[in-house]
Amino acid sequence: MTVRTSLPETPVKAAKKVRALPPLLRHVLFALAAFAVVVVLTLVTDEFTNLRIATVGYYLIAVAGLTLLTGLTGQVSLGHGAFMFIGAYTVALLVRRVPAFPLWADLLLASAAGGLAGLLAGAAAARLRGPYLAGATLALAVGLPALTRRFQDFLGGSNGLSFTVHSRPSGLAGIVPELRWQTWIVWLSVLIALVLVVNVVRGRLGRDFRAVRDDEVAASLSGIAVGRTKILAFLISAVCGGLAGGLQAFLLGTAAPGSFTPALSLSLLAAVVLGGLGSLWGALWGAVALVYFQAWSEDLADVLHLNTDVANNLPLAVYGVILIVVVLAFPRGIQGGFQRLRTLLRRPAEKKENHENQ
Amino acid sequence: MRTSRYGAGFLALALALTACGGAGESDGGGQQAADSAVGVTKDTVTIGTHQPLTGPAAPGYSKISVGARAVFQAINDGGGINGRKIDYKVEDDGYNPTKTVEVVKKLVLQDKVFAIVGGLGTPTHSKVVDYLNTEGVPDLLVSSGALAWDNPQKAPMTFGYQLDYAREGKIQGKYIKDTFAGKKIGYFTQNDDIGRDTQAGLDQFVKDQTVARQGYDSANTDVTPQLSALKAAGAEVVVCECIPAFTALSILAAAKIGYKPQFVVSSIGADPATLSGLLQDFAKRGGATVSSAQLLAGLIGTGYLPDVSQTSDPWVAYFKGIHDKYIPKEPLTNTLFYGMVLAYTFGQALKAAGPDPTRRKIVEAMSSGQLKGPGLTPFGFSKDSHSGYTGGFVFKINPDTTTTVIQPPSVTDRGTGAITPYTGERATPEQVNLLGK
Amino acid sequence: MQEFLDLTLGGISAGAVYAALGLALVIIYRATRVVNFAQPALALISTYLAYSVTKATGSYWLGFAVAIVAGTLLGVATERLLIRPLRHRSELSSIIVTLGLLLVLQAIAGMIWSNEPLAFPYAFDFVGRFSANDLFVVLIVLAIAALVLVVFKYTPLGLRMRAAAFAPDVARTLGVRVGLMLTVGWGMAAAVGSLAGLLATPPFLFPNVLDGVFVYALTAAVLGGLDNPLGTIAGGFVLGIGLSYVSGYLGPEMVTIAALAILVVVLIVRPSGLFGRAKVRRV
Repeated sequence: MTVRTSLPETPVKAAKKVRALPPLLRHVLFALAAFAVVVVLTLVTDEFTNLRIATVGYYLIAVAGLTLLTGLTGQVSLGHGAFMFIGAYTVALLVRRVPAFPLWADLLLASAAGGLAGLLAGAAAARLRGPYLAGATLALAVGLPALTRRFQDFLGGSNGLSFTVHSRPSGLAGIVPELRWQTWIVWLSVLIALVLVVNVVRGRLGRDFRAVRDDEVAASLSGIAVGRTKILAFLISAVCGGLAGGLQAFLLGTAAPGSFTPALSLSLLAAVVLGGLGSLWGALWGAVALVYFQAWSEDLADVLHLNTDVANNLPLAVYGVILIVVVLAFPRGIQGGFQRLRTLLRRPAEKKENHENQ
Repeated sequence: MRTSRYGAGFLALALALTACGGAGESDGGGQQAADSAVGVTKDTVTIGTHQPLTGPAAPGYSKISVGARAVFQAINDGGGINGRKIDYKVEDDGYNPTKTVEVVKKLVLQDKVFAIVGGLGTPTHSKVVDYLNTEGVPDLLVSSGALAWDNPQKAPMTFGYQLDYAREGKIQGKYIKDTFAGKKIGYFTQNDDIGRDTQAGLDQFVKDQTVARQGYDSANTDVTPQLSALKAAGAEVVVCECIPAFTALSILAAAKIGYKPQFVVSSIGADPATLSGLLQDFAKRGGATVSSAQLLAGLIGTGYLPDVSQTSDPWVAYFKGIHDKYIPKEPLTNTLFYGMVLAYTFGQALKAAGPDPTRRKIVEAMSSGQLKGPGLTPFGFSKDSHSGYTGGFVFKINPDTTTTVIQPPSVTDRGTGAITPYTGERATPEQVNLLGK
Repeated sequence: MQEFLDLTLGGISAGAVYAALGLALVIIYRATRVVNFAQPALALISTYLAYSVTKATGSYWLGFAVAIVAGTLLGVATERLLIRPLRHRSELSSIIVTLGLLLVLQAIAGMIWSNEPLAFPYAFDFVGRFSANDLFVVLIVLAIAALVLVVFKYTPLGLRMRAAAFAPDVARTLGVRVGLMLTVGWGMAAAVGSLAGLLATPPFLFPNVLDGVFVYALTAAVLGGLDNPLGTIAGGFVLGIGLSYVSGYLGPEMVTIAALAILVVVLIVRPSGLFGRAKVRRV
C-alpha cells in the first residue's frame, strides 16, 4: 500500500517547474514556440506579407544588438548600419566567389566579420563619451560604405553586388515558395541569435553591462573590467548587426552601398527608442514599427490622393512626427507602454485579493 | 555542464536544417511560362514602376513619372488602349536598391501588376532584373543607359529604352574626331558604369587626343579640383558624362577658374531647359561677364528625342498639347518629355499586344521591331536585341537656349561597328495615335 | 604647386562653412548638453525661406536677413517645445527628438518647394580662384565666431548663459532666468546655423543639400572638442583643408573615409577632441 506523501501536480506547480528549468532550455523552448508561430503566420498570409515578416526578422536582430549596446551599456551608436553593411557584403562576396559554402557558413562568417569590426570599433570607442561616440560612429556609418567606390572591381562600386542564393532543398521546390522558405531561414537564424543574446542579457555579463552604464567608476571599483566590458558589448551588438546584414543580403539577393546610408543607422536607433530602450521585446516592436510605419504612411498617401510633392514626402513626415510624439509622450517606448498597461490591469486584481483576504 | 550540451545540441539541429548544399550553387530552377494575363481585367491594365521620388538622387528624376502619368491620363480619357484604362502605380525607392527590391516585390506580389514599366536607375534596377525574369514579369523600357538591359538570352523579359552609354560614347567620339581634329580632349565622367561604358565608346575614336580623364562621385559636389586638373592638362574639349546637376556644377566651376573649354555633354545631362533653370541665378551674381545664356551658349550635346523648344516638331506639339491640358504648372523640360515618350511607347506596345493582351504577347510586341514613334532614331528591339534607342543626333545650344541640330541622327551598335546616318521614316502622331480622337 | 594652392584655397572656404555649422552645434551643446541633429533642417528651412523671399523681391540680402531671423525663431520654438520637456531625460531622447524634427522639416521642405534642385545665388561674385564670395564666407564666419566668443566671455548676457549651462541651480538662486538663457542660446545657435546654410547651399538647393555638410560639421565639432567653440572653428578649417587635399590627390570617393580616419586617429589620442576638456571625476 502506497501512502501519498506529496500533493498532486497542479498547473501552478507545472508552471513553476518550467521556470525552474535551466534558463537556456527555457529560452530555447520559447524560441521554438516563436518559430512555430512564425511558420503558421507565413502559411496563412500571402507572399508579400511573408517578405515583410522576414524583413521584421532581420531588423529585429539588428535592433536587438543596438538596444544591447545603447540600452544596456549606454553607448550611443549612430553607426550600426555599418555592421549590417559588413555582414551583407560578406555574404555577397562569399556567395559569388565561394559558391560551395553552405548558407549557414556564409551567415556565420558574416556575423564573425561584423563582430571583428565591432571589436575594432569598440576598442577605438572605449574611451569616448556621449556625443563624441555618437559623432565617431556617425562618421563610421558615412565612411565605411564609401569603400565600395574605392574598390570598384572587388565590391561592385555604386551598383553593388547581385547574386542568387539557392537555399531551398530541391525536394520542396513545388511545395514551398522560395520566399516562404527564405522567411523561415531568416527567422530561424534570428531566433538562434536571440537565444544567445538573451542568455547574455540575463546573465552575469548583462549585469556587468548595466553596472558600467550606471556608473563606470563604481563598476570599476567593484572589480568589473570596464574597458573590456564595453568592447564586448560592441562586439556582441556588431555580431547581431553583421547577421542582420547577411540575412538582408540573403533575402534580397543584393548588397549595395545605397542601402547602407546614415539614414539606416538613424532609423535603427529610432527603432530602439520607439520600441523601448534596453528591452528585447522592445526590439521586436521597434522592428515592426520600422517595417510597418513606412508601409502604412505610403498607403495613407495613396489613399488621400494628394499632390505629388506632398504625397512623396508624407511618409517621411509621418515617421518624424511619430518619433517626436513617442519620445515626448512615451519615454519608455512601446514596451514601456505595455508594462504600464500591465501594472494598471494588475492593480485592481491585487486590490481584490487584499479585499478578500481581510 | 547540462546547459552547454543542450545549447550545442540545439545549434547542431538548427544548422543541419539550413545546410542544404552550397549557397551559391544553382539548382537549375526554370522559368515560368510567360503567357499569363496577371494585372489585366476587362477594363484595366495595371502597371508599376520604381522611381527615386525622394532622397538625394531625386533631384532631376522625380519628374519622369509625372510626365508619364499625364500621358496615361490622356490615353485613358481617350478611351484607353483597346478599351482598357491604364492604372499606373509609382513606388518611391529613394534610389536605395534595398527599397527597390521591396517595392518591386510589392508591385508584383501584392498589386499584381501586368508589367514593370520604366524602372529607373542602374544600381537600383539591376537588383530586380533576375527576379522579374524568373517570375515572368515583363520589364519594359528601363530608364537607364546601362548595357545590361540588352540581354535576350538571360533576361528575355527586360527591354531598354534610353540610348545606351556605349553607343552614345561612340557617336560623341566620332563627332569630336571629325570636328575637333588635333585638339586636346579631356573626359569628365561619373565614377560608375556611366563613365566606364561611355569611355569605351569614346576611346574608339579619340583615345590618342585624350590628355586627361577625371571623374566625380555623385556624393561630392565640389568639382573644382577636377576642372582645375583638366585645365592644367590643357584640354580644349571636355566631354562631360554627367547628370544635369553635375553638368551645371562643371560649367560653374569652369567659369570660376576662368576655364573656357568646349563642353560636349551626353544626353543624360544636356537638357537646356533643366540647365538654364539651374544656372539662371548665377547670372546675377557672377558679375557682368557671366550670364546664364552665355554659360550655356555653344554647349554641344547629344540627344535622341526632339528638344521641347522645337515647337515645329509634330511630336513636340502633340505632347505639349497633353502637357498644357493635364500638367500645365510643371515646367516642360526634356526630362518630363522623356517620361511622356516612355509612357506613349508602352501604350503603343500594349496596343500591338492585341485585344487580349498577355505577358507573352506584349513581350512579342516589344520584340517585333514595329514600334515607331517620337524618337529620331529607331529602337533596337528585335528577337536578338532588346536595346532601346540605337543612336542619336548632335545639337548645339543657341544663345537663346533653343537648340540647333549640327549632326543629323546616326545609329550604331554597342561594339566596334560603324556609325551610319539614319535616314529612316519617322512616324507621325496621326499614324500612331493612341488618344482615340 | 598651382594645384596645391587651389586645393588649399578651396579647402579654406569649405572649412569656413563646416566651422560655422560646427559652431552652431557647439553653442547648443554648451548650453543644453544636447547634440542638435535638427540643426541642418532648421538651416534648410531658413534657406528655403530666403530663396522664396529673394525670388519674390529680387533682393538677395533681404532673403539673407529673413533667413537669419527665421532661423532664430525656429531655434527658439524647437527649444521651447521639444527640448525643454526632455531636459531631465537621457541624451538619447533628445537625439531622437531632433532626428524626428529633421525628418519632418526635410519632408515639409519637399512638400512646399518640391524635391527638384533650385538655383540658389552666391552672396558675391563667385568667379576667381579665391573669389569675392569665398573671401566673404571666410570673413563673415570669423566675424560671427568672434562675436559669439565675445558675447559669451565678456558680456553679462554671456555670463548668465554660461551660468545657466554649467550651474543652473546656483544661477537660479542668483536671479538668472535659466530657461530664458537656454532659449537664447538655442536662438543664437540656430541663427549661426542658418548663416552656415546660406553659405553652404549655393549653387543648388534641395532637401538633402545640407546632409553632407552636417556630417563634416559634427566631425569638426568632435575634433575640436564639443565644448570648445574656438577648437571647433579651428577644427572646421583644418578639416576643410585636409579633405580638400584628399579629394584632389586621392580622389573624391576617399573623402568620407578620410574624415572617418582623421576622426578615429584624433579621438584615440584625445577622446574629448583636440581642445576639449574631459570631465574628470575624482573618487
